Amino acid sequence: MTATRVPPVPAPARARFTAVLRAEWAKFRTVRGWVVAPVIAAGLCVVFTFLVANGIHTDICTGAGVCTPGHAAVPTGPDGQAVADSYYTVGTRLTGDGTITTRVTALTGVTSTAPGNAAPSQSRRTRPGLPAWAKAGILVRPSTRPGSAYAAVMATGGHGDRVQYDYRHDAPGRPGPVSTGVPHWLRLTRASDTVTAYDSADGRTWTRIGAARLTGLPATVYAGVFVTSPVSFTASADGSRTRATAAFDHTTIDGHATPATWRGHGIGSGPQDFYPTLGAGGFHRTGESLVVSGSGDIAPAVVQGLLGANTVSSSLPFGLTVALIVVIVVATMFITAEYRRGLIRVTFAAVPRRGHVLVAKAVVIGAVAFVTAAVAAAAAVPLGAHILRANGAYVFPAGVPTVLRVIAGTALLAAVTAVAVLAVGAITRRSAAAVAGGIVVFVLPAIIGSIGTGGAVPWLYRLTPAAGLSVLDALPRSAQVGYPYTFANGYYPLAPWAGLGVLAGWAALALGVAAVVLHRRDA
Amino acid sequence: MNEATIEVTDLRKRFGRTLALDGVTFTVPPGEVTGLIGPNGAGKSTTIRVILGLDAPDEGRARVGGRAYPDLRYPLRHVGALVDAAALQPGRTARNHLLWLARSQHLGADRVDAVVELVGLAGAAHRKAGGFSLGMRQRLGIAAALIGDPPVVILDEPFNGMDPEGIVWMRRLLRTLAAEGRAVLVSSHLMSELQGIADRIVVIGRGRILADAGIDELLTQSVDERVVLRTPMTAEAARVLDDAGGTSRILDDGALSVSGLVAGRVVEALGRSGVVFSEVTTQRATLEDVYFRLTGGAAEFRADAGRGVRR
Repeated sequence: MTATRVPPVPAPARARFTAVLRAEWAKFRTVRGWVVAPVIAAGLCVVFTFLVANGIHTDICTGAGVCTPGHAAVPTGPDGQAVADSYYTVGTRLTGDGTITTRVTALTGVTSTAPGNAAPSQSRRTRPGLPAWAKAGILVRPSTRPGSAYAAVMATGGHGDRVQYDYRHDAPGRPGPVSTGVPHWLRLTRASDTVTAYDSADGRTWTRIGAARLTGLPATVYAGVFVTSPVSFTASADGSRTRATAAFDHTTIDGHATPATWRGHGIGSGPQDFYPTLGAGGFHRTGESLVVSGSGDIAPAVVQGLLGANTVSSSLPFGLTVALIVVIVVATMFITAEYRRGLIRVTFAAVPRRGHVLVAKAVVIGAVAFVTAAVAAAAAVPLGAHILRANGAYVFPAGVPTVLRVIAGTALLAAVTAVAVLAVGAITRRSAAAVAGGIVVFVLPAIIGSIGTGGAVPWLYRLTPAAGLSVLDALPRSAQVGYPYTFANGYYPLAPWAGLGVLAGWAALALGVAAVVLHRRDA
Repeated sequence: MNEATIEVTDLRKRFGRTLALDGVTFTVPPGEVTGLIGPNGAGKSTTIRVILGLDAPDEGRARVGGRAYPDLRYPLRHVGALVDAAALQPGRTARNHLLWLARSQHLGADRVDAVVELVGLAGAAHRKAGGFSLGMRQRLGIAAALIGDPPVVILDEPFNGMDPEGIVWMRRLLRTLAAEGRAVLVSSHLMSELQGIADRIVVIGRGRILADAGIDELLTQSVDERVVLRTPMTAEAARVLDDAGGTSRILDDGALSVSGLVAGRVVEALGRSGVVFSEVTTQRATLEDVYFRLTGGAAEFRADAGRGVRR
């Protein structure tokens, strides 16, 4: 086999697009205003984010009327997330492996007729009402320190038996509520650092419904029964405090338990705790039964507490909107300036494939907007969160993935918007019309949405380009918390990437129309 | 097919009610300057835009070196064109304007330096093009047209706004480009600009080709001698000369122009009738005259006609 000389092949078609791309980049970077404007946009974004965050103050006031910046105590769970950890428990200490068994014979509840944000003293008047996520069962945890790890098995008001651990994890057991003649048997078995949950209808046939591995569980743990009942939003949008009462019997602990006498503890229901409770709860014995009342929740914290809705990104939208307007103007000019001067003919004479010109311009302006918004968000997000915390406001903790998603999402939002208005510019060919159109279509819905109220507003964030703002979503949600995750409560109706997808759909539509008209009409 | 050739075949294009091009056919051969001439609105610019793939004709086709413009990989290496000297981003320097063009053709910055030097803009290359005079913009436009060292050069009204020195430079440049074997197409609405540099003339009016010939051919085919004289008895002289078989016309300056009679016959006829006259000269047709004769009926005078109706 001898080496044969391959004749030179013509440069691939890709090379041609590279040339177009380099030409469009050269065009962009050689107009000073276009280079300066994104820098200004990023600066404005940071400045306005600072101003918005700086306008939010939260104070804690003592009875003496002395107020200092700060907020109620919010426990932090094992994964670093904000959690609710308020309940009443009766229990003891278990050393080594062991099993706790109980039977829940009754679970009832009351709901305050005062709004959830009213002072606890005003919440005394109640009516009957048991929230679906009221919980009565047994739990094992290293300590009763709020936010610590735990594993629990429980009967609930409306979700049947559940096994839950470490606030986020949840699995169903036997369905159905506790009622007269229908008791629920529950059992937790600790073996090393694994806690296994069982339930039963009769105390003889047990079904394993889940297991939790609590890494680093100490030899001696807290074990006991608990009752809690979360704020209910079924009657009032502001939420109502609730309290549940459960009767336990056949409660046994098989293992080395000290002291032998169980004691009651109200956890996370003090005045400094954020979660709204209806009293601290308590217990008493009636014959063989242990009757326990409790209020609160053991679950991820969402907005339903007295926390506000501040997140790492909550100060960003205004500054981002200002920056987007600057980006929109530059993206529009990038093509309409060529039409205004007749330069577009020079461009199309140099590159007869007009689609390539459009795509190259989109890549350049998209990249510029991406970098601009990424830099702006990377500076504004930590700054905004820092200022909020310094002013005493509670900021929902966000993990690195969430912060990175907010920054990357903001960058993509700006990039997609820039590409979309570039396409609008290609369609209209006029700067004023394209800038106005770009702002009306890509910014106005978000402004209306931010100041408007009513049922139509969430649809703006589902259907219009404003849906792209969903990438800023940083409020926690949980299936274990019965909360209206509505726009009015700060939750975007679409998931972050789905919302960006809606915006991208609009951009694709504009780009498609632009490609067709560029191809069809004379330059 | 020589690469340095433009072929335009039976172009037709309609803008609304206006038939802008009505069967335009001509060829621009290599090594020559071809003048595309016609009054404003005759279809010169539309023809050039069709050649450059900017406008799509309703019918017909344009080929450069045998290929349709959109099929050219790096078109500016085949065809350089100056369509509109004002087509600039004012904030961009002359050099950067040429740089992006070079990039789009996969060419290096050395070509930018070469054409900047060629058009005499080396001193102004780093200045913003928005501050350029029209003459300087024309030079920049020429530089852009030559960035790809193309075998075909198309210049639409390149003399517009040029000072006399610039016009001399431009004429010399056009001759040089043709001498290098390139096909050069220059449009103008003034025949005088092309006299002395164009080898061929394509006259266009109302979207139709009125003449397409070499300069010499155009001049000889329209030999049209006229005798011009001055006389205080204009009306009498005109009657005498018409009787003698000529056609006389009174010019703006009062002189009498006679066609159809040679100078000797004019002198004889007037002398016999006792008409006093002086300054008898014979005039041969210039390119300008040919042009006016060809386009007189084809020029678009819609604006004037409209005013006339209203009055």
